[in-house]
Amino acid sequence: MSRQSVARAHQKIQELSWEPMYHQPVSHYGTDYTFRKAQKKDPLKQVLRSYFPMQEEKDHRVYGASDGAIRGNMFRQVQERWLEWQKLFLSIIPLPEISAARAMPLLFRNVPNPELHNGQAIQMIDEVRHSTIQQNLKRLYMNNYIDPAGFNSSLRNFQNDYCGTIGRQFAEGFITGDAITAASIYLTIVAETAFTNTLFVAMPAEAAANGDYLLPTVFHSVQSDESRHISNGYATLLMALADEGNHQLLERDLRYAWWNNHRVVDAAIGTFIEYGTKDRRKDRESYAEMWRRWIYDDYYRSYLVPLEKYGLVIPHDLIEEAWNQIWNKGYVHEVAQFFATGWLANYWRIDPMTDKDFEWFEFKYPGWYDRYGKWWEQYNRLSTPNGHHPIVAEDVDYQYPHRCWVCMVPCLVREDMVMAEVDGQWRTYCHEACRWTDVEAFRPTFQGRNTPNMGQLIGAREWETLYHGWNWADVVSDMGFVRDDGKTMVAQPHLNLDDPKKLWTLDHLRRMDPLLSPNVLLNQMSDDERAKFHADYIRGGPAGRPYRGDS
Amino acid sequence: MTTAPERSVPKPVFTDAEAGAKEFPDSNARRFNYYVPQKRKQTHYEDVTVEVQPDPRHYLAQGWLYGFADGRGGYPLEWTALKAWGSGRPEPERGPGSGGKGYEWPAHGWHEFRDPNEEWELSLYRYNANVVRQVNANVDAAKQAKAFEQWNPNWVRFVQQHVGAWMHIDHGLGLYLFANANRRGPTNMHNTAIAVNSMHLIRAAQDLALYQLTLDEEIEGFFGAAHLDTWNSDPSWQGVRDLAERLTGIDDWAEAIFAANIVFQPLIGELFRSQLVMQAAPRNGDFITPTIVGAEEFDFSERDLRYTTAIFDLLANDREFAEHNNRTMNGWLANWVGLTIPAARALQPLWSQPDSKPMRFEDALDRVKSRFGGIVEDLGLELPKELDR
Repeated sequence: MSRQSVARAHQKIQELSWEPMYHQPVSHYGTDYTFRKAQKKDPLKQVLRSYFPMQEEKDHRVYGASDGAIRGNMFRQVQERWLEWQKLFLSIIPLPEISAARAMPLLFRNVPNPELHNGQAIQMIDEVRHSTIQQNLKRLYMNNYIDPAGFNSSLRNFQNDYCGTIGRQFAEGFITGDAITAASIYLTIVAETAFTNTLFVAMPAEAAANGDYLLPTVFHSVQSDESRHISNGYATLLMALADEGNHQLLERDLRYAWWNNHRVVDAAIGTFIEYGTKDRRKDRESYAEMWRRWIYDDYYRSYLVPLEKYGLVIPHDLIEEAWNQIWNKGYVHEVAQFFATGWLANYWRIDPMTDKDFEWFEFKYPGWYDRYGKWWEQYNRLSTPNGHHPIVAEDVDYQYPHRCWVCMVPCLVREDMVMAEVDGQWRTYCHEACRWTDVEAFRPTFQGRNTPNMGQLIGAREWETLYHGWNWADVVSDMGFVRDDGKTMVAQPHLNLDDPKKLWTLDHLRRMDPLLSPNVLLNQMSDDERAKFHADYIRGGPAGRPYRGDS
Repeated sequence: MTTAPERSVPKPVFTDAEAGAKEFPDSNARRFNYYVPQKRKQTHYEDVTVEVQPDPRHYLAQGWLYGFADGRGGYPLEWTALKAWGSGRPEPERGPGSGGKGYEWPAHGWHEFRDPNEEWELSLYRYNANVVRQVNANVDAAKQAKAFEQWNPNWVRFVQQHVGAWMHIDHGLGLYLFANANRRGPTNMHNTAIAVNSMHLIRAAQDLALYQLTLDEEIEGFFGAAHLDTWNSDPSWQGVRDLAERLTGIDDWAEAIFAANIVFQPLIGELFRSQLVMQAAPRNGDFITPTIVGAEEFDFSERDLRYTTAIFDLLANDREFAEHNNRTMNGWLANWVGLTIPAARALQPLWSQPDSKPMRFEDALDRVKSRFGGIVEDLGLELPKELDR
């Protein structure tokens, strides 16, 4: 290594940038934000001469640990309950990572600061690192874990199963729409700065407690890059704040990005950490405790609040509401229950909860058993085929929920569900904040201001609608969630692989009633029926219990 | 008697969850089953790149979820004029009861591209870390050997001005052409190869900038900022600068990659690096600059050109759109060669600046034209008449 100081080296490479004299670079991505040129510094002063060897050294450690895990028979100590949820997580996460790489060019033409462009280019290649190193981890799991099903098909399954679209927002939100909304506010200011703490720090700790030390090895290595990305976002945010005309857009985008990240990331990571673990020590932190520490204290109070003095309007109400959802309204538990309800539409196995789990949940979340305990007992009772249907088709005091049209997590906290008729379709939303996102934020005008670069929410957003009227066996076949004997399902509501009779097959599903899309049914109702339906729905819950009248 | 309180830590548990512990359906299904490999066996590179970027034409059942203001989401195939077989297939319509199936994988020919360099994170960090280590070692060795004392004043001037000017091109194309294009290709394999290409150029620019910093410290009278004036106002460079700026202005991502790596790099990049700097330097007492410029030359000739020709060769021989693609690429060739040759000729005064002269400019140009002709011929395209300008 040369002994030139990092500061001098970094100063020198600033001479590389140049203003166009003859032709402007192509401008592919629009924004409604305005930026004035400013000499915001890249605080991390990364130079590729030191960056590449540093990353290579980090790779040595990761791949050394991978070899060690195999030689040391790590999988003899890994909890299947945990690894099964990694089939979902590791099918989601490489896409957001690579999408973050693809997002960086959205900033080049819109943020007029060449020094920041260097940092963004390095972030681009960091994200290529993250995506492929995570794919590699999944490959290693597939090769060495007892049940490869679901790992071996993950990049097809993630794209068509009933919760894949939830995770996909965490990627697509980075790369389309208003360039600053997507690549700066949604990606770096909220997703990376707030939620990678739970993704890449809290969750790996739980992996280690379940005998898997490779996930922490890979994800802590990934997280060590995130501090640079957070700096990229912070510098861009300060530039945006310098123009008062941006404040209204920043307020909009922070509300949307915060709420959407909360809905998506807390749903997934909360479930993995609370329902994927076998570590039930009373003094281990619950997801709610982790969230309070990593997101409420470290992000909200230490990072966001100090920005208020620069004119940033912080969505205090939505931050408190997210906490309210997690602590008082059982958001994570409602999501886990939904994932387990639809186990047959998944591509991983979901272990039933035991008395030990019940005790831990009751200790950490007082009142948990009264809300969720009975349902999990039913899940356990119905987990192996014995003449009954999968739990989704049995009467277990659970009303299959409507999808939120925006975040695509269903409307699980029943009392919060709202509806709106948009573009000729009745849509359901899990919360007023999601309705606002669709009806007000993602529009070409916002509070009377033209926002021609704002993106659109598109796509077939309710999974159930695609399969409206289909037999469940055909649904699972269509998605491809079948093992190599042609009939045994990839998903199972238990972990028992010893007895073939305990494994569910397509034949079991064939006897079920067809799947019906709640949204299709909603749109078939008369106005009166719809109003009554809504009134009843919001009186349902918790734990998905349908409203059965005032009695 | 007192006992120490037991620490609260997770306890290891024997779970026997390793491969092969039990036999059941899929217990031996240990390969990714959602894509077909290019060769007989799936490669490590394919496993970590293929299908990470989804496509609504095969598995993406619910389509893209977020769109730009015009409603287009994801990675529209229309972002280039080139077409691969199946490009004309509409995205499956989704609605009540439609199901989620798309076309059989790969749905269209774009998915058939594989980077022959098989770049992913492990390979790209190994490669680039080796390059910077070697470059640093070369510079350190030269410093210890007092090698810069052998340089004559004209060569010092040449390096500070002209080698210095070149790094602006690396930087500009690396960021605003290649990094920009990594958002626009239709598959993860395209975009990852393009992102790696981008880092080669940005690294090469920084290699040269930091080399300049060393020269500033080692050579009395070396003026480290001279490259700025040269890049901004030296008439010899303005043609190349005009061209480089035009390249960053191309809307079509495939045209941008094509114009940069099939036309610009062979006709101007290699002309400057291989036919001028690396030829002239040793005769002027400089054995070190060629090793730094040579690292960049190797990036291009052995890696970046290789993936680029793999992309365009597939399209030139596409089973459905070969004629359309060849017509389009021949149009690009005529246009960009027509712009490139005058810019190359404008560099001619550089050949007379060193005390010990390299080969004649015309001979150097003939060499790169010949090399360029080989690349074009390998792709089955037509040599444009603009080459004779």
